[in-house]
Amino acid sequence: MIKLFSILLSITLVLVMAVGCSQAPDQGQNDQGQNKEEKLKVGFVYIGSATDAGYTYAHDQGRLMLERELGDRVETIIKENVPETQECEKVMTDMIDQGCKVIFANSFGFQDYVVRVAEAHPDVIFLHCSGSIQGPNYSNYFGSIEEARYLSGIVAGMKTKTNKIGYVAAYNIPEVIRGINAFTLGVRSVNPDAVVMVKWTNTWLDAAKEKDAAIALLDAGADVIAQHQDTTGPQVAAEERGCWSIGYNADMSHAAPKAYMTAPLWNWGAYYVKAVQSILDGTWTNEPYWGTMKDGLIDLAPLTDVAPEGAQEAVDKIKEQMKAGTFDVFAGPIKDQSGKVVVPEGSTIPLEEQLSMKWFVEGVEGKIE
Amino acid sequence: MQFRIVIKSEIGKKKRVLIFLGSIIAALIVSGLFLAFLNLNPFQVYIAMLQGSVGSVYRIEQTIIYAIPLIITSLGVAIAFKMKFWNIGAEGQILMGAFMASYFALNYSFLPRFILLLIMFFAGFIGGAVWGIIPAFFRAKWGTNETIITLMMNYVALKWVVYLQYGPWKDPNAFGFPKLANFAKNAVLPELFGVHIGWIIAVLLTIFVYFFLNRSKKGFEIAVLGESAITARDAGINIFRTIIFAMVLSGGICGIVGFIEASGVEQTLTKDITGGVGYTAIIIAWLGALKPQWMVLASFLFAILIQGSSYIQSAFGISAYSAQLLEAIVLFFVLGSDFFTRYKLIIDWPSLLRRTKENGK
Repeated sequence: MIKLFSILLSITLVLVMAVGCSQAPDQGQNDQGQNKEEKLKVGFVYIGSATDAGYTYAHDQGRLMLERELGDRVETIIKENVPETQECEKVMTDMIDQGCKVIFANSFGFQDYVVRVAEAHPDVIFLHCSGSIQGPNYSNYFGSIEEARYLSGIVAGMKTKTNKIGYVAAYNIPEVIRGINAFTLGVRSVNPDAVVMVKWTNTWLDAAKEKDAAIALLDAGADVIAQHQDTTGPQVAAEERGCWSIGYNADMSHAAPKAYMTAPLWNWGAYYVKAVQSILDGTWTNEPYWGTMKDGLIDLAPLTDVAPEGAQEAVDKIKEQMKAGTFDVFAGPIKDQSGKVVVPEGSTIPLEEQLSMKWFVEGVEGKIE
Repeated sequence: MQFRIVIKSEIGKKKRVLIFLGSIIAALIVSGLFLAFLNLNPFQVYIAMLQGSVGSVYRIEQTIIYAIPLIITSLGVAIAFKMKFWNIGAEGQILMGAFMASYFALNYSFLPRFILLLIMFFAGFIGGAVWGIIPAFFRAKWGTNETIITLMMNYVALKWVVYLQYGPWKDPNAFGFPKLANFAKNAVLPELFGVHIGWIIAVLLTIFVYFFLNRSKKGFEIAVLGESAITARDAGINIFRTIIFAMVLSGGICGIVGFIEASGVEQTLTKDITGGVGYTAIIIAWLGALKPQWMVLASFLFAILIQGSSYIQSAFGISAYSAQLLEAIVLFFVLGSDFFTRYKLIIDWPSLLRRTKENGK
């Protein structure tokens, strides 16, 4: 038996050596390629699948835009379904091993791992979505999706008949809380009697769980469902109950043609092209990027026929101001859940405070655990 | 009757290896068809899989990091399996080991590194061992079904860690995101030759389990008990104590995996810390016929498969799902081939032909 074992072991060794040797000419080819023109290799670490029709899909559309615009100087590789564990550290290191000089990591939970890998690889630039990290070779990018959430709130507020709107929310982190607040402010700007009921799922992408949460909200009387989730689960729940819905990340009408009204959108390509261009030009700095509707990073999906009458005009009016940079979602007066005015008239919530927001505005039913 | 399935008598090692290699080739052919369907050259993909897993020092290190928990966990479950005690609970034992080790990592990080790691090592062992003793006690005392109990205890352990992660142990500095604080540097396993020293533990444990199962009195008693409880009793073996002892060792070794993964890899405790290793190790223990040296080999093959399919995802732009499908095809054939090492398929051609003719009329 030991004999057999050693035979197998030697076969493995021979294979390993064969592979090792076959690599040599491979590298030669690469060197020749480099003589012509070296392409910048950019890696994208995705929390979900590019086919998730939501969050990661939106990022992948941005990557494809990057390939279209800068394809002659840039090549991209992706890794999907990367969990927010040490696995993502490994994925990034693997990408560097494969020659990546720039890495985009698209989920909040990747943050600590990005820092760890970035500090071990000072020659690689890391850009992390939605966090707050910043160092010599790493930084973060995100944007004021709140603007689009506010607009979608207008649509929901005009549509609801029960004056109860359900919001399926991922984690109780500032990013999600901010979105709920902006949405609620939008709802109550057109319908001061409406409330937004929040249900936490503690997941970014679990279609079944998110659908269940939406069903619970519908059972509690909601007739419009909004979501801060990566899948279309909540949309499907609204469709099945004959209610209405607001999507997120992408046009979700295919999942719920009779329920879906609109969705806050990210246009990540606008940022990816800009960031990679600056890296190619050597003008990149570790300044965090905060995109807005004015910059073209944020948008609202076209309203469908399901959207209420008059919503288009109401949305367009505010959207114009946002594009001009004259509309502030968090302009006072804003009351908190207890009815106390926390942002007086004439003032606003500065960005730093928005980034660590841990309270709900008036009109939200739910609590931050 | 056209088909008959009969149990084979003990088959030779050579034949067993031939069947194994045959199943790998069959798997490569079928997944080759799938790759061809995706407009990829199967040979290029297979070579890339090997390059991606063993093609450079860095990649070999990464493959070893995958192999370490597989090796140790399969060693752990093999001890129980030798006794025909179906310990499906490695997942839970790993989680409890990780939980115990994390307790000390989070609260006693002021201790010197070596002492802290030593305490964490034993804490991990105890965590896993306790999770092993419970089903062992029920089985030894009342003859309960250990498969069900160990399986159910996986979920208890998982929910416990989830509770800690979302509740009392949540990092207050994470803005509400459900994760634990990272371990202090003191509580992180050092590296040797580019891989955390869990690999040394794996080597030592492999040698230990090899000698334990083959050369020690206790190991022999476990094997006897596995073959026949009556023989064991007649031979004067204390059945109760042997079951408990075997499961302390089995669960404890799995608990050590929890310590290694929490300290060396994850550097914190998460509910995803096992990565399904506890179930994969069961497959590995069977493929390796409960022999430590073979299980090490099987663990490496699995690690190569995992690392290789991860590599081809980015190298060829294959979707994560397609890569998983490739892994599944290989597993299907390798595990399916086990059927042919145990059973023989007898096809009665004359009667089969006769039947076909009759149907033709």
